[in-house]
Amino acid sequence: MSGDTDFRKEVRDFILEEFLPGENPDELTDDLPLISGGILDSIATLKMVLHFEERYGIVLEAHEADKEHLDTIRDIAALLASKRG
Amino acid sequence: MSPDRPLHASFAPMAAQRGEHPAVVEPGGRSIGYAALDALSARLRDRLIAMGVGPGARVGLYMRKSIDAIATLYGVLRAGAAYVPVDPDAPPARNAYILNNCAVSAILLETRFVDRLVEEFRALGAVPPLIELQDPGGGVALAQALDRADASSAAPARADAQSRPGDLAYILYTSGSTGRPKGVMLSHENAVSFIDWCSDTFRPQAGDRFSSHAPLHFDLSILDVHVALKHGATLVLVPEERAKDALHLARLIAEERISIWYSAPSILSLMAQFGDLDRHDFSALRLVLFAGEVFPVKHLRSLCALVPGPRYYNLYGPTETNVCTYYEVIPPVPDDRTAPYPIGRVCEHLRGVVVDESNAAVAAGGEGELCISGPGVMQGYWMLPEQTERGFLVDADGMRWYRTGDIVVEQPDGNLTYRGRRDRMVKRRGYRVELGEIEAGLYQHPAIKEVAVVAAPDAEAGVRITAFLSSRDGRKASLIELKRFCAERLPLYMIPDRFSWLDALPKTSTSKVDYQSLKELG
Repeated sequence: MSGDTDFRKEVRDFILEEFLPGENPDELTDDLPLISGGILDSIATLKMVLHFEERYGIVLEAHEADKEHLDTIRDIAALLASKRG
Repeated sequence: MSPDRPLHASFAPMAAQRGEHPAVVEPGGRSIGYAALDALSARLRDRLIAMGVGPGARVGLYMRKSIDAIATLYGVLRAGAAYVPVDPDAPPARNAYILNNCAVSAILLETRFVDRLVEEFRALGAVPPLIELQDPGGGVALAQALDRADASSAAPARADAQSRPGDLAYILYTSGSTGRPKGVMLSHENAVSFIDWCSDTFRPQAGDRFSSHAPLHFDLSILDVHVALKHGATLVLVPEERAKDALHLARLIAEERISIWYSAPSILSLMAQFGDLDRHDFSALRLVLFAGEVFPVKHLRSLCALVPGPRYYNLYGPTETNVCTYYEVIPPVPDDRTAPYPIGRVCEHLRGVVVDESNAAVAAGGEGELCISGPGVMQGYWMLPEQTERGFLVDADGMRWYRTGDIVVEQPDGNLTYRGRRDRMVKRRGYRVELGEIEAGLYQHPAIKEVAVVAAPDAEAGVRITAFLSSRDGRKASLIELKRFCAERLPLYMIPDRFSWLDALPKTSTSKVDYQSLKELG
């Protein structure tokens, strides 16, 4: 897989399936604030980090697993892309 | 030390005794010694008094946890005023409500909050004087704010206020069932009697390193901050943005050589599950204290097994009394144990009684509501005389007993076990949540006709909150829209886990919402 776009799709699908069952995918836009907007709580965020760490064999540093780096699908995809190098 | 001393009086002698010893540490960054913390908080005291803020006043504290914040709360106390900390992550509208509700005489706040707060305040009334801190950390931002104030007018040096036992030391706002947070008024006597009990029970030493995990608007912070500084120990601040990161916290406890940890059980559960605890050296850790909710036995068992060194205490008590019962958990937790541990015995500085619905004392073994009396019990709720009155039971001798709302049973060995709530309050990640406050928040949504919020136990999260909704015009707001709507009005920990639309909410024969049948759905 390559490119931010593919990561964005992957992240969106995961969030929809895990945390927003039944939600209209169009509502979950790339720039929707997930953590500050109350969509993902701390446990959901942690589950998501663990999922992608395992899926891609990467490790997120503690300082990366926060609102600043994970608040939108765009941010998460960019972080994953940078980790996958 | 006299128990009728002001809360700040136990800190005062430490400047001379402990000098350069670190009083407060920001991990990975800066620290401040006792003498410097004394000097910085004295400068704020003098500035506040020069502004006319003194005994009887309240001062808002709206900033992230930092050396600046700790110096601020001591500066406020030393001026004789009460501090009112608000959650920097909560919606500005909620914080403006709180600070306006208790009519603060000044607010110390971060620059980034100024515009939103002023806007919200203007809608409510006059904006109080603001002391702006640009990016708090290390005490530098507070010192700079005071420098700026000094440049325009001098603030002569003053003595610390001789606050009396009944004077307010701080007001902590908790979730209110009517949809508005309510202010719990705690006096110097309330604080000092609790802190002295902690000294007697946990025997802190000057060499101890206390965690400060709970935010300052949460009553767990009273133990962290004031017990640590009373004993000349070191307070290690855990920043809000790291507070739920299990891996980071585990490393922090080891690297910062924390000796006394205190938090809600939910964070310890996360550490036991995701903290990679076996990687670290926790040899400095001698006490693990937890309070705020029931600790699921499964996770407590693994925590005790992974970190076998320290003593473990289950502390219990509402903000209105702070800790009022305690129980030492002796590891290991047996494999076949499934029942949560007791909340234990009433703390030595308080008295407790278990009463039935007619307020008669219940014999040991019977269920009833726990009521607490003594110097730790709050003065009342700010400007809510009726709620205050309902909160207390007054006995034949005129003694006031705070009704905790918690149903307990006294076991044959004298320990109390927790059974549940008398009302619609639940604990979530250690925070009090009035389901009515969530309902009041959701009722503001134009498409929502009816709301009922219920809570159910959940093995993973402790409690699961479900909002049942019916629509005014058939339009059903999406899950994302509902969550975002809540995030604008409620603290994040109050946002329901699930939203469920029904054609109409089920009703009882008296046309009230039928919560019982909703609970079965939830």
